Amino acid sequence: MAISFMACHALAGTQSNINSTIYCPSRHQPLVSGRLDVRRICVSMRAAAEKGHTSAASLPGIPRASKLITSAVAAKSEATTSSPSTKPGHEVLLFEALQEGLEEEMEKDPRVCVMGEDVGHYGGSYKVTKGLAEKFGDLRVLDTPIAENSFTGMAIGAAMTGLRPIVEGMNMGFLLLAYNQISNNCGMLHYTSGGQFTIPIVIRGPGGVGRQLGAEHSQRLESYFQSVPGLQMVACSTPYNAKGLMKAAIRSENPVILYEHVLLYNLKERIPDEDYTCCLEKAELVRPGKDVTILTYSRMRHHVLQAAKTLINNGYDPEIIDIISLKPFDLYTIGNSIKKTHRVLIVEECMRTGGIGASLRSSIIDNFWDYLDAPIMCLSSQDVPTPYAGPLEDATVVQPPQIVKAVEQLCQ
Amino acid sequence: MAYVMRSSPSVQSGSLAPHSSASSVSSSASSSSYILRLGALNSQRSGRLSITRRAIGTANRRTRKPHGVSASTSELVAEKPSIKNALAITREEGLILYEDMVLGRSFEDMCAQMYYRGKMFGFVHLYNGQEAVSTGFVKCLKPEDYVCSTYRDHVHALSKGVPARAVMSELFGKATGICRGQGGSMHMFSKEHGLLGGFAFIGEGIPVATGAAFKTKYEREVLKNDKADAVTVAFFGDGTCNNGQFFECLNMAALWKLPIIFVVENNLWAIGMSHYRATSVPEIWKKGPAFGMPGIHVDGMDVLKVREVALEAVARARRGDGPTLVECETYRFRGHSLADPDELRKPAEKAHYAARDPIIALKKYLLESGLVDETDLRSIDKKIDEIVEDAVEFADASPLPPRSQLLENVFADPKGFGIGPDGKYRCEDPAFTAGTAQV
Repeated sequence: MAISFMACHALAGTQSNINSTIYCPSRHQPLVSGRLDVRRICVSMRAAAEKGHTSAASLPGIPRASKLITSAVAAKSEATTSSPSTKPGHEVLLFEALQEGLEEEMEKDPRVCVMGEDVGHYGGSYKVTKGLAEKFGDLRVLDTPIAENSFTGMAIGAAMTGLRPIVEGMNMGFLLLAYNQISNNCGMLHYTSGGQFTIPIVIRGPGGVGRQLGAEHSQRLESYFQSVPGLQMVACSTPYNAKGLMKAAIRSENPVILYEHVLLYNLKERIPDEDYTCCLEKAELVRPGKDVTILTYSRMRHHVLQAAKTLINNGYDPEIIDIISLKPFDLYTIGNSIKKTHRVLIVEECMRTGGIGASLRSSIIDNFWDYLDAPIMCLSSQDVPTPYAGPLEDATVVQPPQIVKAVEQLCQ
Repeated sequence: MAYVMRSSPSVQSGSLAPHSSASSVSSSASSSSYILRLGALNSQRSGRLSITRRAIGTANRRTRKPHGVSASTSELVAEKPSIKNALAITREEGLILYEDMVLGRSFEDMCAQMYYRGKMFGFVHLYNGQEAVSTGFVKCLKPEDYVCSTYRDHVHALSKGVPARAVMSELFGKATGICRGQGGSMHMFSKEHGLLGGFAFIGEGIPVATGAAFKTKYEREVLKNDKADAVTVAFFGDGTCNNGQFFECLNMAALWKLPIIFVVENNLWAIGMSHYRATSVPEIWKKGPAFGMPGIHVDGMDVLKVREVALEAVARARRGDGPTLVECETYRFRGHSLADPDELRKPAEKAHYAARDPIIALKKYLLESGLVDETDLRSIDKKIDEIVEDAVEFADASPLPPRSQLLENVFADPKGFGIGPDGKYRCEDPAFTAGTAQV
């Protein structure tokens, strides 16, 4: 079982609306010895960044920061669908955004309920359901025994008979135990029943490679579930889209898997006060450009943005799209981009074999072959069980320098 | 709430060598007695154990006296001297039970015929011999109650009220089938009749049933609907009782006192695997008390006994007292499926259970008790024959699903197919569901 994990992830200046360079750990989570160390890392990272420190990281696992452009992305103000609001809004961390979305939907519809391990009294191992059990009661925020297959099936049965459950996998990897129910019942039951029963269920949880959590807690299940017919899959990457996707997924009549990432829960962003949802089938244009289309999702979006600063400094103009919808792909946004840039780089955290990138590549070839000037490049994680050792773990996941190099290669 | 558990000799001795367990089952079988080994099945109010008093044993009414049991035999099995004065059912009920079982048997026999004539395909699992379990339980339910089954689901569907035409069409793979031809033999679903499936993998229906029971509790306690009292009955076999989902759901159901009844149709065989070769503790009913619910063992070849247990278990669930585990000792007269040569089961065993055919037994009881006469039963037989024939004709005449149906039910909200390169949702393209559009 995973323990709650606080990560300090250096994400130097992404969008203007994402606050500050360094994200400090949540004040909610006391880590006895860890907290102090992380703070120290934060402080020294900031110092290093300001000095333009480029020597090998003395801090394990923190990507090298080259000369920082804090406002490169912000310059493109016509950019994005990600934060259209001109109203003041309020600042939240990503896990709080998820919680807000969840709470709003639970207030709105009494059939919405949550099931999972430690979601109730414990508040969720990543605090997404904190306070909800006190507010809505133990039955609406149900602490389940450790029986993933059975409680996922139970959620499916409840959904078939009229409720709208949200199943939390404490770590997405644990949902491997629920594969029987997710594939057979969640995905297929609407079809095999001839459309009689709907399964408006949301399956969500943290996945992805964290900080030395070991192989089993560092899995990317998007590739395992992508073939299951009848499922929709989305991945959130910012507080804005986290809340929007959570709400949209709950309102959807389809079974939706919402992939969150362990290291992104403490991203801070100003989000609108008013009620909003994000479309489950649309990709997000993060940064328009004309040289190359970079398709990415979840944590890799932030690695791409990090690499983008270097690229921009070196004179490249990348168009960055966060695909958001892992299944189905938004071929319209992706296609329009390819028609403009003619070069595609996919950056993902999935394993190379059978990953989202592999599917995306073949979709692009099927639909936009004539618009390509170069072979599609795909940067994925290594086909390796994520090692525990820090440097090895870094090597399994795509890092910003690799992205820079790939773009340079693509644009030759 | 404390449970009193009556031990059987094999439990007392602590050793459960296969032969001793087998003998305890077969001795009850061979004596055709009606011992019920009970975990407490009672109401909180009365605190008494409820015991089946009436039975329709076949020839031999000798009761087997268990030793080591705290109560005397006469308490356990009260044999009323004049059984005709204490009838278990009324005439109407008797006719309903008879008709339902005959429908199940005739339908399944017709399925076998149709299969060998090439009208239905794939894996077809027939229910012959087990009718008492389906009829006994499902005829105690209200229309709002739920039934969850396995691949051996035709008769559960029929008992629950799904028209024979719709089931037969589904088996033929026609568009008029209950699942539009998309499910097949192993995936019968009916929203209208509360049939939650139809599952091919054993055990995967039990959590779904648990979810339906959870919904009842949720409706009562969160949505504050006092009238919500739908009960769920989950049917599954002896093989499933070694599967994790079974135990996980027993735990959750007892933990939250869900209104569910777990009905084990123990027909002793999981395809070719004998229950005794697969199970360390073959008495499945004993596993109920381990999780905090009553475990009942009932003669599943006797529809009246099953019905009596069912009525009490359903009432218990509806009151909010929680789940019950009922193990029905039953037998399938045919192979596991129509593809199974059924070579492993001994002829003596088959003959033994054939002699306990639930339909013949009920017929005998109804006639002997004077509730009905021959003409009543014969007219029911004829009626059922007509229903089944009509079902076949209807299915034969029905159209196959058109190509355009292929993608229609993949998503409840077809926006799930996504946005195509032209910027429109794929489902907006009228040709899409025929599968000609790109996915």
